[in-house]
Amino acid sequence: MTQLTMAKAINEGLRRAMADDPKVLVMGEDIGKLGGVFRITDGLLDQFGAQRVVDTPLAEAGIMGTAVGLAFRGYRPVVEIQFDGFVYPAFDQIVCQVAKLHYRTRGNVTMPITIRIPWAGGVGAAEHHSESPEAYFVHTSGLRVIAVSNPQDAYVMLRQAIASNDPVVFFEPKRLYHTKGEVDLDVDLADAPPMGLARVAREGSDVTLLTYGSQVMTALDAATAAEDDGVSIEVIDLRSISPVDYRTVTASVRKTGRVVVTHEAAREAGVGAELIASVTERCFNYLEAAPQRVTGHDIPYPPAKLEKHHLPDLDRILDAVDRVMDRPNSLTGVEL
Amino acid sequence: MTMTHTLTPTAEPATDTEDVARLLTPDGQRISDPDLERWVTDVDSSVLQSLYRDMVLVRRVDTEGVALQRQGQLGLWAPCQGQEGVQVGTARAFRADDFVFPSYREIGVNLVRGAKPADFVLAWRGEEHSTYNPYDINTATPQIIIGAQALHAVGYAMGIQRDGTDQASAAYFGDGATSQGDVNEAMIFASSFRSPVVFVCTNNQWAISEPVTVQAKFPIAGRAPGFGIPSMRVDGNDVLACLAAMRWALDNARNGIGPAFIEAVTYRMGPHTTSDDPTRYRDKEEVELWKGRDPIARVEALLRAEGAFSDEFAAQVAADADALGAEVRAAALGATSREPIGVLDHVYAEPHSGLEEQRAWFGAYLDGFGTDSEEAAR
Ligand SMILES: Cc1ncc(C[n+]2csc(CCOP(=O)(O)OP(=O)(O)O)c2C)c(N)n1
Repeated sequence: MTQLTMAKAINEGLRRAMADDPKVLVMGEDIGKLGGVFRITDGLLDQFGAQRVVDTPLAEAGIMGTAVGLAFRGYRPVVEIQFDGFVYPAFDQIVCQVAKLHYRTRGNVTMPITIRIPWAGGVGAAEHHSESPEAYFVHTSGLRVIAVSNPQDAYVMLRQAIASNDPVVFFEPKRLYHTKGEVDLDVDLADAPPMGLARVAREGSDVTLLTYGSQVMTALDAATAAEDDGVSIEVIDLRSISPVDYRTVTASVRKTGRVVVTHEAAREAGVGAELIASVTERCFNYLEAAPQRVTGHDIPYPPAKLEKHHLPDLDRILDAVDRVMDRPNSLTGVEL
Repeated sequence: MTMTHTLTPTAEPATDTEDVARLLTPDGQRISDPDLERWVTDVDSSVLQSLYRDMVLVRRVDTEGVALQRQGQLGLWAPCQGQEGVQVGTARAFRADDFVFPSYREIGVNLVRGAKPADFVLAWRGEEHSTYNPYDINTATPQIIIGAQALHAVGYAMGIQRDGTDQASAAYFGDGATSQGDVNEAMIFASSFRSPVVFVCTNNQWAISEPVTVQAKFPIAGRAPGFGIPSMRVDGNDVLACLAAMRWALDNARNGIGPAFIEAVTYRMGPHTTSDDPTRYRDKEEVELWKGRDPIARVEALLRAEGAFSDEFAAQVAADADALGAEVRAAALGATSREPIGVLDHVYAEPHSGLEEQRAWFGAYLDGFGTDSEEAAR
């Protein structure tokens, strides 16, 4: 076990994946000499050379489309999108090509592409640098969507994503890049829990709090705060938002009978909507209260000085906990 | 930058279809072109005969496709009549181990690459997105998203570079596609990395109802040099010129020089697809003009002049074409749809819990019908 930041854990994950498999290559803007704008690819160019650490032209569709061609040829490209808000020019190649080629070719062509996206807000960034586009990808069959929340998961699941024969959209919360945690670099990937299993990040008995990625820290803080109030919250870190590990989720909901979902992305047709619909289908008879969502507002991502009013924080989560516990809350007396 | 065919600033790229390199005149005379002819010195009457035969086969498949659509056997068809020269000419230049990324209209390219009769119709019939394994004929499934495949070809070529082989890849797209970001990004990647890829732009003058002048105010081949890519503007109805240009381009790719771009100036004789009505947007005169430039008649005239077009040869080719047409028809008529549960196949390469659940549910649902019908039979 080593103490590593998430950034370093991902760097190490890339390094080892590249060392293990000559077909793995990384590509993106500024990822070579600079090591990426977050330095995630730091040192890879020196170690593996320009054929495997490809500084690309500034063209997201170009990066994604050429990754498709490389995958056709048997390579396993790991693509870095510089920031969440810049994935849209590549969207067509991701949803029409990357996601569908296996299906279209009846399994003859695989697209083992990992799409790394520094993701979400809370870092005071400029416009288009803090977005949460995950629902677009979750809605697209053929993609797997991962959102990590700690260095160990980031390391293990990145390596699993690269090893997967399916395309994986891999969200890395930039807010957590510099948080440290224990990482077992020599973990045996074959023995690690398969990518996609949810994790009970904290056990509890009154409310199930479902979340992923950047919000896991906030959710854990909320659970600690709720304890003082006598409410026991079980926090589930989904880790994979496509597919969702509903076994873990429903086991928890059947135990607690109450559900709150939190994510940074906007509410309408977001991942939270899907989670609540699915949980309701599966656990309706166990539910003691209407499930609640705590999300970003349905607005374009606001300017940095206002983002704290957009991002779900501890208090908004606790307010939703009060709702499912039927205690006085912000909606008491409000007719919606 | 070699091989850039003269591109005198033309007034109208659409109407100036004469500023092209060719080896065969519209009336079938073999002429010389300093850039092209050295690539086809081996083409004698027998090679010409085989080019002729391939083009006739392509036309026959195309005619059959249109007929099958009219008879309700296919949902749609994208005809390629008039484009047999560029398709057969360029495709015949490949080696089997090169890799091709075609668009939906490249019937002739796929035929030359080894597509089977069913491969031409089952996708348009709606049975499969793709019938062949791309690795069996080193040809990707036809692309519908305009221009996307240009990037795939470049990425594949980047893989070739890393593997250190002398293969090449190629992308086929239309004049409309050259307006797409993907095609432009593809040229940038190809040029920056000197990747062994050939871009074949089939300028058939129209992108559905939009004339090429909506996409380009200068001949399209004139763009490639701006990306650092040598280009040729050839007569797309001249199968020999297309073969020669493609051999040049592939040689350029194989020898580490990098990408090349071919603009083949031709004409789509029929509608864009069987649901299109070209009489709404183009003149009869234009179509008549291009009838006189038919790529197949042109080779026939040359073969006749060379004394290599006997009645016997013509009859044999016609018989081969009819046989292929019949096979294509049989493939469409004999198609059987997959089992309903098959819609869930191959979404992922590895197990996916969400889809497994849906499969279990849909399977049980379908089985329910089975039980019902068994009960009804009792
Ligand atoms: C991205 C995209 N936009 C629009 C379409 C609809 N569409 C299909 S074919 C076509 C015209 C393409 O023209 P061109 O590239 O010249 O090729 P051609 O059909 O003439 O061979 C259009 C607009 C599409 N398939 N993909």
